[in-house]
Amino acid sequence: MKDSLILLARVPAHPDSRCWFLAWNPTGTLLASCGGDRSIRIWGKEGDGWVCKSVLAEGHQRTVRKVAWSPCGNYLASASFDATTCIWKKNQDDFECVTTLEGHENEVKSVAWAPSGSLLATCSRDKSVWVWEVDEEDEYECVSVLNSHTQDVKHVIWHPSQELLASASYDDTVKLYREEEDDWVCYATLEGHESTVWSLSFDPSGQRLASCSDDRTVRIWRQYLPGNEQGVVCNGSDPTWKCICTLSGFHSRTVYDVSWCHLTGALATACGDDAIRVFEEDPSSDPQQPSFSLTAHLPQAHSQDVNCVAWNPKEPGLLASCSDDGEMAFWKYQRPEGL
Amino acid sequence: MEQVSGLLSWALSRVLWLSGRSERGAARQPRIMEEKALEVYDIIRTIRDPEKPNTLEELEVVTESCVEVKEIHEEDYLVIIRFTPTVPHCSLATLIGLCLRVKLQRCLPFKHKLEIYISEGTHSTEEDINKQINDKERVAAAMENPNLREIVEQCVIEPD
Repeated sequence: MKDSLILLARVPAHPDSRCWFLAWNPTGTLLASCGGDRSIRIWGKEGDGWVCKSVLAEGHQRTVRKVAWSPCGNYLASASFDATTCIWKKNQDDFECVTTLEGHENEVKSVAWAPSGSLLATCSRDKSVWVWEVDEEDEYECVSVLNSHTQDVKHVIWHPSQELLASASYDDTVKLYREEEDDWVCYATLEGHESTVWSLSFDPSGQRLASCSDDRTVRIWRQYLPGNEQGVVCNGSDPTWKCICTLSGFHSRTVYDVSWCHLTGALATACGDDAIRVFEEDPSSDPQQPSFSLTAHLPQAHSQDVNCVAWNPKEPGLLASCSDDGEMAFWKYQRPEGL
Repeated sequence: MEQVSGLLSWALSRVLWLSGRSERGAARQPRIMEEKALEVYDIIRTIRDPEKPNTLEELEVVTESCVEVKEIHEEDYLVIIRFTPTVPHCSLATLIGLCLRVKLQRCLPFKHKLEIYISEGTHSTEEDINKQINDKERVAAAMENPNLREIVEQCVIEPD
């Protein structure tokens, strides 16, 4: 199982600090990393290696926790413990901070861009999720402040094709939001995890959502629309989400990140036991009760906690990971024979 | 003898949480685990209490038997500390947890994963405090708060 994940390169992305997060740009040619050294670095492939193309060091006063590329690839948003979110505009190899979004009371934990490119979501330890609208003049306006969670909100992501938002929290739940009339509302709460939910990832179709937690499990949730064949009860016109699979017994410590590959359907996880794991759905399994097999397990992928795993959006099998040890690593995943 | 029975009493309560890892580690090389535990204790005993002019050892917030070390795999250890705060005050308990984590992160020479808990029954909101002090993102953010950082630095500074 070690052979399913081959190391391509290891890069000291944020030396003497921790690397918190990685994000590939939409074309898969650039990787943004961010860390405890308060900087963001942009990496590009040169030959067999990865080189740092830019360092965005003046944007934040504290740790940069997450970064997210706009769907067009021309903008990068960064979420920081300094309670702000910076929007950077790309001009060839240079990035310029064009706006700083303020409003959260304390650390911003995550930022995500909607597929349309005109909406942005942020979340914070202040327990809220904010939805921002951006217009053609690069003006940002907060259109909703959602106070559904009862604790620190760790992560937000948008559905791949619908204007649907999901958030993960220290309150052990996942919440889903959509626009209703002129405001955003929470229409579903996914309960089941027994501790903090750290991250989320939608499958390529957007019908399923993976969540990972401090309870050392990964859960797969499925959306059931009103009038569904399976007879799952829905509340009025809102879809219901049910937990259809729990991956337990695989991770020995907190699972910090989960990433669903939109090219291959493989599910990668980043764990506090320093390992990277990949799961694939058994082809013959029932879509309503799927079973996943562990197809790769690399202990000591890093020398400390793995914080993030990110599949390249264009190159199948290319996985990037980063760790508390400040390093970033690139891997080639090959599904083992006979699956 | 006291040390061993101390180790056993909370090994039992933690065995489910650690999903079977505990018995194997504890039984295999007890002397090495004891030595590692003492190494940990030597680092934490001199931490100063945030409020009083005494060390955590003097106030019995930590004791030798409150440290447990288990081997995860070769040269990699799980360190579990259960401390007893002097007063049932939330923010002080969290602060002590923070000091323990920061000092060990800086000073413990061997590769380790760290879990810090308030010893059971000593605090009304112990689950809430335990969750916070074991959330590394919360810990990292707290240490970027200049006021909190200053207090922690004063508590962990090595005595002359």
